Amino acid sequence: MAQAQPIRTTPQPDTGDTYLLPGETYTSISSTIGDVPLTAPLKTPRGWFLGFAVSFALLMVFLVSVTWLLIRGVGIWGINIPVGWGMDIINFVWWIGIGHAGTLISAILLLLNQGWRNSINRFAEAMTLFAVACAGQYPILHLGRPWLFYWLIPYPNTHGMWPNFRSALDWDVFAVSTYATVSILFWLVGLLPDFATLRDRATNPLVKRIYGLAACGWRGSAKHWHRYEMASLLLAGLSTPLVLSVHSIISLDFAIAQVPGWQVTVFPPYFVAGAVFAGFAMVLLLMIPVRSFYGFQSYVTIRHLDVMAKVMLATGMIVVYGYFMEVFGSLYSSSKYEQYLLYNRLSGPSAWAYYGLLFCNAVAIQPLWFRRVRQNIPALMIISMIISVGMWLERYVIIVISLQREFLPSSWDVYIPTVWDWSLYLGTIGLFFTLTFLFIRVLPMINIFEIRMFLHQETERAHRNAAAHGHSHDQDHGHDHAHSPASAD
Amino acid sequence: MREPSRHCIRHQASGSINVMTNSKLTSDLDAVRAQLHNARGPQLWRSLDQMADTPAFRDLVEREFPQGASELNDPVSRRSFLKLMGASLALAGISGCTYMPRTKIAPFVHQPLGRVPGVPLFYASSVLLNGFATGVLVRSNDGRPTKIEPNPQHPGSAGGTDLFVQAELLTMYDPDRSTQVLNAGAASTWDAFTAALASALQAQSGGAGLRLLTTTVTSPTLASQIGQLLAQYPQARWYQYDPINRDNVYEGARLAFGEDVTTRYDLSKAQVILSLDADFLAPGPGFAAYARAFAEGRRVRKDSGEMNRLYVVEASPSGTGATADHRLPIQAGQVAGFAQALAAKLGVAGVSEGPNSEAATRFLTALVEDLEAHKGSSLVVAGDQQPPIVHALAHAINAKLGNVGSTVIYTDPVEARPTNQTAEIASLGDEIDAGAVGVLVIIGGNPAYNAPGDLRFAERLAKVPLSAHLSLFNDETSTAATWHIPATHSLESWSDARAYDGTAGIIQPLIEPLFGGKTSHEIVAALLGQPLVDPLTIVQGYWQGKISGDFATAWQEALSNGLINGTAATTRTPTLKEGGLGGAAPAPGALEIVFRPDPSIWDGSYANNGWLMELPRPLTKLVWDNAALMSPRTAISLLKLPFSADQLTGGSIESQHYLEALSAVNGKVVRLSYRGSSIDLPLWLLPGHAENSITVNLGYGRSQAGTVGNGVGVNAYPVRTSAAPWFDSLAADAVSDTGETYLLVSTQDHWTMEGRDIYRVGKFAEFKADPEYIQKEVFKEEFGGETHKYDTLLPGTDYAGRNAWGMTFNLNACVGCNACVVACQAENNIPVIGKEQVSVGREMQWLRIDRYFAGNDLDNPDTYLMPIACMQCERAPCELVCPVAATVHDYEGLNNMVYNRCVGTKYCSNNCPYKVRRFNFLQYTDLSTATLQLARNPNVTVRNRGIMEKCTYCVQRISSARIDAKKAAVAAGSEAYTIADDAIITACEAACPTAAITFGDINNKDSRVASWKSEPHNYSLLQELNTIPRTTYLARIRNPFEALSAADTAKNQEG
Repeated sequence: MAQAQPIRTTPQPDTGDTYLLPGETYTSISSTIGDVPLTAPLKTPRGWFLGFAVSFALLMVFLVSVTWLLIRGVGIWGINIPVGWGMDIINFVWWIGIGHAGTLISAILLLLNQGWRNSINRFAEAMTLFAVACAGQYPILHLGRPWLFYWLIPYPNTHGMWPNFRSALDWDVFAVSTYATVSILFWLVGLLPDFATLRDRATNPLVKRIYGLAACGWRGSAKHWHRYEMASLLLAGLSTPLVLSVHSIISLDFAIAQVPGWQVTVFPPYFVAGAVFAGFAMVLLLMIPVRSFYGFQSYVTIRHLDVMAKVMLATGMIVVYGYFMEVFGSLYSSSKYEQYLLYNRLSGPSAWAYYGLLFCNAVAIQPLWFRRVRQNIPALMIISMIISVGMWLERYVIIVISLQREFLPSSWDVYIPTVWDWSLYLGTIGLFFTLTFLFIRVLPMINIFEIRMFLHQETERAHRNAAAHGHSHDQDHGHDHAHSPASAD
Repeated sequence: MREPSRHCIRHQASGSINVMTNSKLTSDLDAVRAQLHNARGPQLWRSLDQMADTPAFRDLVEREFPQGASELNDPVSRRSFLKLMGASLALAGISGCTYMPRTKIAPFVHQPLGRVPGVPLFYASSVLLNGFATGVLVRSNDGRPTKIEPNPQHPGSAGGTDLFVQAELLTMYDPDRSTQVLNAGAASTWDAFTAALASALQAQSGGAGLRLLTTTVTSPTLASQIGQLLAQYPQARWYQYDPINRDNVYEGARLAFGEDVTTRYDLSKAQVILSLDADFLAPGPGFAAYARAFAEGRRVRKDSGEMNRLYVVEASPSGTGATADHRLPIQAGQVAGFAQALAAKLGVAGVSEGPNSEAATRFLTALVEDLEAHKGSSLVVAGDQQPPIVHALAHAINAKLGNVGSTVIYTDPVEARPTNQTAEIASLGDEIDAGAVGVLVIIGGNPAYNAPGDLRFAERLAKVPLSAHLSLFNDETSTAATWHIPATHSLESWSDARAYDGTAGIIQPLIEPLFGGKTSHEIVAALLGQPLVDPLTIVQGYWQGKISGDFATAWQEALSNGLINGTAATTRTPTLKEGGLGGAAPAPGALEIVFRPDPSIWDGSYANNGWLMELPRPLTKLVWDNAALMSPRTAISLLKLPFSADQLTGGSIESQHYLEALSAVNGKVVRLSYRGSSIDLPLWLLPGHAENSITVNLGYGRSQAGTVGNGVGVNAYPVRTSAAPWFDSLAADAVSDTGETYLLVSTQDHWTMEGRDIYRVGKFAEFKADPEYIQKEVFKEEFGGETHKYDTLLPGTDYAGRNAWGMTFNLNACVGCNACVVACQAENNIPVIGKEQVSVGREMQWLRIDRYFAGNDLDNPDTYLMPIACMQCERAPCELVCPVAATVHDYEGLNNMVYNRCVGTKYCSNNCPYKVRRFNFLQYTDLSTATLQLARNPNVTVRNRGIMEKCTYCVQRISSARIDAKKAAVAAGSEAYTIADDAIITACEAACPTAAITFGDINNKDSRVASWKSEPHNYSLLQELNTIPRTTYLARIRNPFEALSAADTAKNQEG
């Protein structure tokens, strides 16, 4: 099949009302998506090298930053007393939040049988994993003695000590590690049929062997498919509560404390909504360029973008409701500390962050009510970017502004991030994109078999509709019917 | 280490081989060792092998133990022998490894009396500030002094200390201390010095060119030695100079009485006290005793009858001013006019009243009424930095009010020779210029740095053919002098000194001098031609015959008590001179400059002491710098800022913004031009500072203080003149903005309490009427009712039947002197982190003193000082959130910090509402400097980076008291033990001169702490958070004078 070319009819205009542009065949799907990882290394597009080089350079920034951190200690950051947590925890929460879109798409939408998820779930799940990888750096690195992080894990030890199960930081350990484990399993299981496709399509014996190993002997038998479907469903069932639990528990890092601005009961749902909100923004931010770069417009259609924008709008409005509840809580509490917090957010030394947050997360999403905006790619890019900044600011407002001015005015101080705060942040961005670029290069970034299955379902439906309405059927895809949707061409 | 190991070998050899040829054996082993000794480093082990294999070695062995080797027929013995050989060889190798100097190790053949390894011993001694002694008990852990505690028997301590006493420990262990006699900067020896001195003295017939310059001398021994010296060299002269001297005090006494008398106050009898710019609640002679007596008259309980009242008239805000019931900020130059008016109104003869401001007149009217109502129990104290006329007026007023003999006591001078020190150093300078000085011996002090700038003393010192400086550090004066002699610290040497009341105490060494060095007694003895005499002999020689009874016994008693009974200065009754008060008061200037000793580093002699350098100054909270302190109003007018001072008050949003804009002024560098010279100083706003007055603290800008103090701050001595050492008027345009800014670091930026119930204040009259009223008012404001109960759903812990530790801070007694903060730092091995780290908000002191300004009058706000340390909450928010359970509660209710378990999430600090936790963001503790390691308290863990730390109520002291109590109980055959109320004194409590801190068992209803906690004005900080702190506060009760407070009502409202 080395000479196989994408067999596609003339590209159809994307009218924004379909999840798969017409003109696609099983072969075209397999080759368009599957050929990206199978391209010979030297034929990798230059753009990929450029992007990877930049990301890798940032990853080296991460390396330098972490090395210096381990040599000197967390004092290289701008944190102090009273602001004991700064960009370390801001970025931790931000990254974890970004990951949520992937889990939501792959688990909840699967359970809800939303077929449109197929073209974005692999990518979103990968993003989840990479975001969790970035997030996971921070709780360990932010420790005064990071080499002792394992003391947070309950294990039998000579100290005769358990961790303190009352602390939300310990719950974080379980929440994040479970989340990471389940996500990676789900993702790998989902990759099996596609590994098999790549194995079958690969011509280089070494590549064939590698994908063959990764495919774990997948042959596409009915038994395999049956078990695969079971495993997917089970993992989706496992993942679904995680979507809610992880960020809820992270929100408890704040909510169980008594810091004004942290002790807010609305935090768990508001954090989950915020996470999905931020996650979808990030999926859009990544998917839009990749889709145009690799010519995936047929699989990730305008309709996909439109639906994602709707999810963003919905979760964004929940977040706005959360902001409203925070303000209401401050005013209604009759606690002078809570009321001062509001005053401080509105006119304190970091008021810019609060206004920035309101603009980014409340005002900037309002155009998404309009279909024209939702289907406008540049507009979506800009709004997604604004949301990513806004969600970062939200964590800044919650963590830093609250801590800067607490109960005793004598202890009030400001937090000024240092170059090492920023370099670690840039470094994790480098880690994220390095992993993303590697993923794009070596794995099918869109789920091949699910798209084919989706095509199959759509075709069947079209046939049924045609039969019902007595119309003749367009034979565009007919010649592929002999193949099973998941088998290799 | 070689000595003991050799000892060991010899012992085993003789014991187990049973061959008594020890001397030969030893000498052969010595030969082996000597051979091995020459082998270096990595070669060594190869050498051993090689050596063991060589025929020469075998021969050596054969030859070495002929009797032993050949007679070892018993296999067991032979095996022992081989083992022994191996061990000997190894040990010989070990001793050959190192190049340790051959030092004496003295294992205890007889255990010294009372010494148990690990159990600290306390020795009585004295620590000096400006020559005056504070009696102390120094804790020695296995021969290392590790903490200085007050000596309750000593009148200069009275159970308290100041911050300088606490910090002396670090000065002693300062690695920057000088170790070497220097001649023109090159290493030399004591013998060379004494030889040079002897030959130089020979050239001076009758000591014509010999001059001795000392700091203030109260030491009877030193004074007597100097007396001998002056007798031996009749033409020699002795000068004294301290930059923070009491010239004005003595000149004032001479003006009033025509004779030298020392004035001492008995504050315990004073009901109404007026301070004329006198900061008597800050370190200085008699501070601890004054503060204790003052606080006794101020502590109130619900059934207290009386409370004293303090009026303060001052220019530069002080802790005394913050404590005052009424405070009047006026220029230092206006105080004399104020005192004249007061004297005139009180009817002191020969004084005429000049003009005074409206506020001052109102103040005066009330003051006169109050003073006259308390004749015999009132007191007027004049500040050391006020001119003689103010002192003379104070003497006259005290006499007029009948206070002499009651609150004011006159005695013989305590100093060996009271003198005008500024005049003395000036005349020494003139003599140098005239070429009259051939040999100048400077004992202590640092005149090249701190002499008035117009004397150019450093330049002049260079002209003296032979000058020698005895000093702890190789400082500015040491460099300018031809010889530098390292001095011993007072914890290392024998001496004596008098307290503020004249009581003499013996200074005894706690440790062999760390860096060698000589005492002042040895220097004077060298001048007397006795260069090798031992200081103990000198001091004992002086007291021989002066102490009654058997000398050996009396000496032991004096050492153990820390003082010599019956040496207090004799009381005198001087009579006021006629017409001494006629002098006109100096005219106040448009602007004035005020020089004050620094509250943390004094005259600069503590500049290299990190504990003090990093200690937030009581009112400014600045660290690591001095500044031009001025009131906001003055800053606005000098810098022509675009708003008026009146716009800053009122608490509106607008005024908040103005305040924020104003605070940007802090750190602007201004140039102060004064008497032909100028200094550039960063500006710092200090509400309550007198208008048109600028305070500059002395002691900074040292060039040779050491690694800590070099180049910190700006040296103000060059502009300080001998004509006006304390304050002087400035031209109206003397201050100009240089346009530069400088980073000034303070640990507390926020001025106000934001209307929160943090520092509770009440009035004595209302408190007497209803002791519960403060509590009621708070609840009324918060909940609209007079009482409120905080409740919780969670079950509490029952501490009944155990010790439940608790503490109270008495806000009425705290004067913000910082002694507790330094004591805590010394006791708990708290590191010094440097200006840069403090600037990002990482100060490490476990105990801090918060400062708030309250009231609407920015020119004279109420100043509140509030000590805060870990509150030891019963429901501690920190414990809940620590993921590794590194901070946990114990069965006595202490909130413990398990350093070894801490991984450093910092969550505990985030969740602590009091923000008392401190984090080692970097490796702050110096683990490499040997002397600093010696200084550490062995009973407190040294924390490394990444670890949270905080106040533990000195848990090490609790533990040791508990162990003692348990041992005593077991000895008495009982299981149950009780810890006496005074068995545990925390470091802060011990140091506190006003006894504002009380620690103890709150379950013991007879304990001091429980009795204070039962007072109605006892409250918990942030009690609405329901943390149930074990540390509580006793609200401040002020005792304003009705007539005057009516005018101040408005400003006292806010709190």
